Amino acid sequence: MSILVNKATRVVVQGITGREGAFHAARCKEYGTTVVGGVTPGKGGTTHEGFPVWNTVADAVAAAGANCSLIFVPPAAAADAIMEAAAAGVPLIVCITEGIPVGDMVRARHFLQGTASRLVGPNCPGVITPGQAKVGIMPGHIHTPGPVGVVSRSGTLTYEVVGQLTGRGIGQTSCIGIGGDAVTGTSFVNVLGLFSDDPETRAIMMIGEIGGTAEEEAAAFITSHVRKPVVAFICGQTAPPGRRMGHAGAIIAGGKGTAAEKMQALEAAGATLVRSPADMGASVARVLGR
Amino acid sequence: MKVHEYQAKALLREFGVPVPEGGVATTPAEARAVAARLGGKVVVKAQVHAGGRGKAGGIKLGDDAAAAEAAARQILGMRLKTPQTPPEGIQVRSVLVEEASAIERELYLSITLDRARATHVVMASQAGGMEIEEVAARTPEKILREWTHPALGLGAWQARRLAFGLGLAGDPFKQGVGLIRSLFALYLGKDCSLAEINPLVVTRDGRVLALDAKLNFDDSALSRHTEITALRDIHEEDPLDVEASKHSLNYIKLDGNVGCMVNGAGLAMATMDIIKLAGGEPANFLDVGGGASPAQIENAFRILSSDAAVKAVFINVFGGILRCDRLAEGVIAAVKTLGLRLPVVVRMEGTNVELGKKMLAESGLQLATADDMGEGARKVVALAREAA
Repeated sequence: MSILVNKATRVVVQGITGREGAFHAARCKEYGTTVVGGVTPGKGGTTHEGFPVWNTVADAVAAAGANCSLIFVPPAAAADAIMEAAAAGVPLIVCITEGIPVGDMVRARHFLQGTASRLVGPNCPGVITPGQAKVGIMPGHIHTPGPVGVVSRSGTLTYEVVGQLTGRGIGQTSCIGIGGDAVTGTSFVNVLGLFSDDPETRAIMMIGEIGGTAEEEAAAFITSHVRKPVVAFICGQTAPPGRRMGHAGAIIAGGKGTAAEKMQALEAAGATLVRSPADMGASVARVLGR
Repeated sequence: MKVHEYQAKALLREFGVPVPEGGVATTPAEARAVAARLGGKVVVKAQVHAGGRGKAGGIKLGDDAAAAEAAARQILGMRLKTPQTPPEGIQVRSVLVEEASAIERELYLSITLDRARATHVVMASQAGGMEIEEVAARTPEKILREWTHPALGLGAWQARRLAFGLGLAGDPFKQGVGLIRSLFALYLGKDCSLAEINPLVVTRDGRVLALDAKLNFDDSALSRHTEITALRDIHEEDPLDVEASKHSLNYIKLDGNVGCMVNGAGLAMATMDIIKLAGGEPANFLDVGGGASPAQIENAFRILSSDAAVKAVFINVFGGILRCDRLAEGVIAAVKTLGLRLPVVVRMEGTNVELGKKMLAESGLQLATADDMGEGARKVVALAREAA
């Protein structure tokens, strides 16, 4: 078992004729993901580096049964690309694009509410189920199948924990990067719920960061719903207030959103807190009794 | 991105939000001329990107043009230190000279994103002129909130509810409703991340005015607002931050002595944290991004090592899109171009890590390496301590 993506996932890449889109479409395919092709408006009917290209997402769904969209469209057009995928009925939309204006995402999120689509991201590394499907930009080779669900607001920090886990011989059910923006499609709570219901996931590694209240909401959800061990790390313990730390969402504003508050909430919810990012893998090993 | 109060007020005026009459001045003589044009009592306000100006001596009243000139002479050139500025303060380069308003009531109005609800929220309070965080902490019931519709925006009924809640009546009520709607149009139209008017005042002659104004803009939306990017004042930013932004690097200068170069914002924050845990202090946050080129690595290395406080450098990279061999190439080029005057610890992992390590080993450069983050942090903190 796994969550969100698996062997049955059929990916269409929006923005496939761009440099990033083409590069990662090929990497996902190499990993074993079924990449049916891509969408670039105006280039429908052509092929790009071996992938068929359609004009619209709806065309890709009709012609190739795409059930997942991976978006590399530039920021100014990315919110529109998300809405196009949702309108075409694609159940899972993974948006990698960084730097989408917040106002655009507020409208896109609202649009999604009336649809059956789930959005992961934007500004995220994507989703991987080791051994089955990679829908994103993460290095596939560091992952291995196993019992740990990973969910994170960060990209490379997720690779770091996966590297530590795999290095200890501990595999992952699925790894979900929910993204570092202020407005995202999928929250910690959503993913914790999915991992909670996945019989193969025996422990959950959660990586949060400063800014917003998503980690506090996750803590409340862990208390009420999660019966599996959760290991948590919050980055940005040393971040100064009022400065945006790279991610648009990583900012301590008005004294709110500090790492200390989030760690306290998660600890109170029974999560195992990791103080040092070097100890994430070891802490998961401990809760698994290894 | 932040702008000065006088720039924010020009935008407010453009969108129909009433503001006091006034003008900006960069010399005492200009301040005098503005005051003479306005006539009567004036306020002279230091223009810096920080709040708390009044208590720090950055806002002065003057009875006439001569007094305005004297006030401007005191304020211009001073290093204004407030709780929101760096410890050394910010040099004042311009002042806003405005007509003094006879204030009947001070109110609060702001618009920002509510992340939890994923939409914009308009907040208003009768407790104007105070620190809103304090009001929110002590008396949250005194803050009114209207969450706007993500697609439809702020309804007139919502603006009316806020205006009634502010205790406005009669003509000031009508002005207040119009002002709230105009401010929201500005916030949305210019992709603001914050629009705050504190205080919003009702004058004794019944006018509703934005006495102060703070506008911040969504950096991700600036590409569609060239008129806003033109308002950027680089004097308000750290020179190293400005240099980094030219090379699309995410750099924030901090107070410690361990320079950090990392790929990815989360790993960069975690690297700062682990340096602190190892007993050191990070000198900066620096995210070179996912797909950094060797040239960008070189720029990043140059910027972080040009901070005189840096005693040792920690390069921590988990290669995904950024391959370790490209990182090694950039580091080697940077060190050869700039000379290696600082101890450097390199920890890398991920795509092409073996090739990257081999390149560093064969470069002949005295770079310390580490197999994991913890070891790297301990090594670099020890090296910084020796060098300090």
